[in-house]
Amino acid sequence: MKVKILFVVLSVIFQLTQAQKLVCKTGHIWFYSHTPMENIEAHNKQAVSILDPSTGDMQFSLLIKAFEFKIALMQVHFNENYMESDKFPKASFKGKITNPDKVNFKKDGVYEVEVFGDLTIHNITKPVTAKGTIEVKGASLTARSKFVVTPHDYDIAIPSIVEEKIAKVIEVNVDATYTAN
Amino acid sequence: MMLQKTSFILLIAAFSLDTFGQDIDQLLEESSESSTEYAIATFKSTRIINGHSIERMTNGQLDFRISHRFGEINTGAYNLWGLDQANIHFGLEYGITDWVMVGIGRGTYEKTYDGFLKFSVLRQSKGKRRMPVSISYFASSSINTLKWTGTGTLNTWDRVSYVQQLLIARKFNERFSLEINPTYVHHNMVDTELDPNDIWSIGTGFRFKLTRRFSFNAEYYYVIPPLNDFRSQATFSPLSIGVDIETGGHVFSIMLTNSLAMIEKGFVTETTGSWADGGIHLGFNISRVFALKK
Repeated sequence: MKVKILFVVLSVIFQLTQAQKLVCKTGHIWFYSHTPMENIEAHNKQAVSILDPSTGDMQFSLLIKAFEFKIALMQVHFNENYMESDKFPKASFKGKITNPDKVNFKKDGVYEVEVFGDLTIHNITKPVTAKGTIEVKGASLTARSKFVVTPHDYDIAIPSIVEEKIAKVIEVNVDATYTAN
Repeated sequence: MMLQKTSFILLIAAFSLDTFGQDIDQLLEESSESSTEYAIATFKSTRIINGHSIERMTNGQLDFRISHRFGEINTGAYNLWGLDQANIHFGLEYGITDWVMVGIGRGTYEKTYDGFLKFSVLRQSKGKRRMPVSISYFASSSINTLKWTGTGTLNTWDRVSYVQQLLIARKFNERFSLEINPTYVHHNMVDTELDPNDIWSIGTGFRFKLTRRFSFNAEYYYVIPPLNDFRSQATFSPLSIGVDIETGGHVFSIMLTNSLAMIEKGFVTETTGSWADGGIHLGFNISRVFALKK
């Protein structure tokens, strides 16, 4: 009997600690490359994210292959030649909202935040800082951000023949809506 | 009853432990299991070397191909080991949808015009929907337009040949892809009464990726000898080896092959060069893809 009670208590505790975390399974992450020669964009609507409002801990992870391009051949080149997605299938971010106290998770509104952490792309990790917003609307919470990534920093080689067509700096957008797990 | 309750509680506890320990990687794994991931770039282009790969042009993409084979290396210094001769095949190939492509071409060899249709039947995938191989079906017809030097007049249809192929491929890992192509060739007219109109062959080919933009390819079509083999001209099974170099916008292939023709009807049934005798051609293919629809 005691054992049973212990289990019940334990499971309740776990459920409680669990409840504090917010989860997003269909995060939308997309990027643009603008050059006078060509505009490229790709969308990934299957990014996952975990946000802990109490600490401001924020994590993202996505599969490179889930990025969709309008031109199929570009998608093949992106995976095969640039991101080497068979070798490095994921990109991830692990970081923190540096000012979580600015967000009132209980009150509807749009709050400006800054996120700092490690961004891993192509198996190379670099520290990044990004500005964004957190929108609280009832039970749901949406994080949005726009920041830039330089392919060169992540050892993504761009051959000189296509240098004119791929921007030196890629604009990355994030739109993730969280629900309590 | 007691046991049931206990196990139920245990189950809940175990479940909470599990979700509590859930981290971002698990979450990604769970969410990706519910979607299907298709194998991409089983081959770098729509050809392995001479023959077709399972790859297609997708919707709205136009592939302009120039293929070139020099003469036979064993023709010696007088012909600069074959470089004096030029055999060309031009092709325009287009993806009507993501799974159907068509192409037309013209080759120096027998002044041939050709057209083909290729469509995807199955795609190799993992995740929610699992499929171990990709399968495409290929059909082509071609017409020899060399001036008729024989006696009498010929019906145009007499100079037409047809090819049907099943292309079965698997990308085993990031580097290695293998394809097997059962092939059937029909000639409406052959040189002599004893020559077979129908020829069967089993083609195989592979790609081995060496670097991000460089791969080694090889291809061999075993031509099954007809039951009563009285072919008027000795032919050999085509063997080709080559490399694919990708330069961003296009794919450049360089190869050594014992066949001169660059379409199935020609290289499967009419390869007269032999590797053993140095009847080998140096050649290249250039593929440039244009996106007509965005």
